[in-house]
Amino acid sequence: MQRYVAGRLLLMIPTLLGVAILTFLIMRVVPGDVVALRYSQAGAVSQDVIDRERRLLGLDKPIQDQFFDWMGQVVRLDFGQSLWTDRPVTEEIAARFGITLELAILAAIIASAIAIPLGVLAAVRQDSWVDYVIRVVSIGGLALPSFWLGILMILGLVVFFRWAPPLIFVPIWKDPVENLGQLIWPALSVGYRYSAVATRMTRSSVLEVLREDYVRTARAKGLRELWVVVRHALRNSLLPVTTVISLEFAFLFGGLVVTEQVFNVNGLGKLLVDAVAHRDYPLIQALVLIFSFVFVVVNFVVDLLYGVLDPRIRYA
Amino acid sequence: MFPKRVGLTLVALLLASACAPSGTPAGASPTAAGEKPQSGGELLYIVTAEPPTFDAHQSTTFATLQPISPHYSLLYKLDPADNVSKIIPDVADGMPTVSTDKLTWTIKLRQDVTFQDGQQMTAEDVVATYNKIINPPQGVTSPRKGVYAPVASVEATDKFTVTFKLKYATGSFLASLASPWNYIYSAAKLKQDPKWYEKNVDGTGPFTFVEYQKGSYWAGKKNPSYFGKDKNGTKLPYLDSYKAFFITDPNRQTAAIQSKQAMIEFRGFTPQQRDQLQRALGNDLAVQESPWVCVNYITFNTKKKPFDDARVRRALTLAIDRWSGGDALSKQTIVKDVGGLMRPKGPFAMSDADLQKIPGFYKDNAKAVDEAKKLLADAGVSNLTFNFLNRNVTTPYEPVAVFAINEWKKIGVTATHQVKETAAYLADLRAGNYDVGLDFNCDYFDEPDLQLAKFYSASGLGKGLNLAGYDDPKLDQMIDAQSRETDPAKRKQLVWDIERYAMGEQAYQVPVLWWYRIIPYLKIVRGYVIGSNHYTTMDMANIWLAKQ
Repeated sequence: MQRYVAGRLLLMIPTLLGVAILTFLIMRVVPGDVVALRYSQAGAVSQDVIDRERRLLGLDKPIQDQFFDWMGQVVRLDFGQSLWTDRPVTEEIAARFGITLELAILAAIIASAIAIPLGVLAAVRQDSWVDYVIRVVSIGGLALPSFWLGILMILGLVVFFRWAPPLIFVPIWKDPVENLGQLIWPALSVGYRYSAVATRMTRSSVLEVLREDYVRTARAKGLRELWVVVRHALRNSLLPVTTVISLEFAFLFGGLVVTEQVFNVNGLGKLLVDAVAHRDYPLIQALVLIFSFVFVVVNFVVDLLYGVLDPRIRYA
Repeated sequence: MFPKRVGLTLVALLLASACAPSGTPAGASPTAAGEKPQSGGELLYIVTAEPPTFDAHQSTTFATLQPISPHYSLLYKLDPADNVSKIIPDVADGMPTVSTDKLTWTIKLRQDVTFQDGQQMTAEDVVATYNKIINPPQGVTSPRKGVYAPVASVEATDKFTVTFKLKYATGSFLASLASPWNYIYSAAKLKQDPKWYEKNVDGTGPFTFVEYQKGSYWAGKKNPSYFGKDKNGTKLPYLDSYKAFFITDPNRQTAAIQSKQAMIEFRGFTPQQRDQLQRALGNDLAVQESPWVCVNYITFNTKKKPFDDARVRRALTLAIDRWSGGDALSKQTIVKDVGGLMRPKGPFAMSDADLQKIPGFYKDNAKAVDEAKKLLADAGVSNLTFNFLNRNVTTPYEPVAVFAINEWKKIGVTATHQVKETAAYLADLRAGNYDVGLDFNCDYFDEPDLQLAKFYSASGLGKGLNLAGYDDPKLDQMIDAQSRETDPAKRKQLVWDIERYAMGEQAYQVPVLWWYRIIPYLKIVRGYVIGSNHYTTMDMANIWLAKQ
């Protein structure tokens, strides 16, 4: 087990390095740069000013020099300065990390709370009206973009209640009500879509397990149906469900882009979009590395969880 | 105290202010007659982007000015009651004294101005501020440095007097001194670190800095030592505090006003946003609208065939029926007025009658279409096809481009709308990697030196600005001549000659439609007068909230 864990941890290094190199190269291939954008908005900014600013930011250096400068910083866990705000990239990310983390956790809780009971119910009542309703609801979740749902939510709140979610983020430990008042709406809109995938996975997984011999044996022993479903069927169907929920959680880290925009939540997704629009290379590179790191870590944790959920799985 | 000798420039600006219309309020007037401003309250407003830097000297975006200007003063500023062309002193103690040769501008400063750290503001601070803008130190950028090319030196003649010496007389210098970007900084702070103001705030403005929560809001509170007073002698500002919320999504912006989380947004909403708010808020809403010193240009890549041929460019501008386009597009986006190179209805605007004589501005579109077809035939490109480069910004770029493309169909021209995200679009425009592009320009003032800067030759003063890529020494001379002309009437004539030549004869870069500002806001907000731009009068000193 220890060797397995150490091996997986070591494998993260080339994965992240590959991501870093690819991101760096892709961003240099994409046309446009931060300086032209910074001075594009008003007034007569001459080419001399733009050239001077490019030199100041080191954008006139050969690409390989820029890459090695950046890698030299990254190995010291220094992600450099944002080209747009001239502030440390770590500061920019730290200001948003907690918000996105909380939003992703809330969305995951909402998704699990919807998906697991509905998925089980749909499986147990297969091909009944209950199953059909749940399938329609979950297909709806897949079909409706979460940002569109978000726009409808805000419109509904404003039109019917003359109220909109707070504009200022307050940490949950300072004022839980205010905090949830802001984040529960994006979490609901994302959580619904997220639950749709998990509901379908739970349903098919439970259906499969319900046909297993040991479930028939449990019923034959005279166990109550609820106990059969929860103790025997659900637990054994959790492997794929856990995988889906965990990977969706990792996706949410960088995937809340439009939802954050719609609800004006100052998270990492919105930061990434702004960074790409501004061609803020150090910030993009750091964010992509963080998203990749979260993804790799979540994958790793899920693999370890398999052993807990299914005692037959052993790591060599 | 008014100086004995005031340059003709000043006269020009005052004349301009007399004939220029200000905003057109609908609903409540900014401050109704007889209404006494009330003190107190917190102004909550929306800023639709976030400031990349706190240092306005280095910025070109309204996102810096709108939340941060309340902390700063300028040497001169636009009168908040006019906000179009009337320039008044801010930390200056009266209008400048201008020598007879118009080369020496002497400015007395107020002696009751202090920075928020308690230091008294003196001439040294103004000199350090302008030196930073005109001759930026190592590591500091000054995007508008070129605007101050006429300045030979800035000196502190005594503790409260600043003298600007010019290399040549120019008609735009007072406007340059009233630039909303030129916050007065502390000489001591700049000496300590020329980049100090990029991340810190210390000004002489009506509000002190409270807090900046990234991606969320900027807050300030009343500066008790602010020097400003209103015409009745009441100390400014009226407000106790303000919060500027950063909201980028248009739906969320509208929802914030509709739910009264925010009271106003100072850049401008679309007609649809205005209508939605009017339906929802009824009498609680006021609206002000005004022509805007922002315009979209159709820019022809004159380095590429057939756009190096003036006949082709003229044909393409002729085909566009701007007059009916303005009526139609103003219902769906933020463009409206037809104008030349200077803002329509502005102090330098050509009359409609004269404008209609220039190709592309005829009222008789059928005649224009016939003339355009003939020009294309003469140039041998009757069935012209090309890519029309645009940025992926809906308001107003996409509808304006679609309109132009449809107009070109009338003369047998097929343009493919090539929409790119802003960074890629700018890269292509600057590299000359396009056929025809939709360019844009926004300024803080109706001033030919600002609006004509991008018409200089691409290899000369227009380097990086003139994206059409042409070199035209004749046009350079014409632009220089108007800049150095200090007689306002003569200057107007020179500007109009430039418009006839650059738009009509050569058609290098032709305006489509000028933008139109729409500011819907909660009626409790008083004292704000819409201007022809979204940069000036953002210090919030004169804004107050009516008690409900």
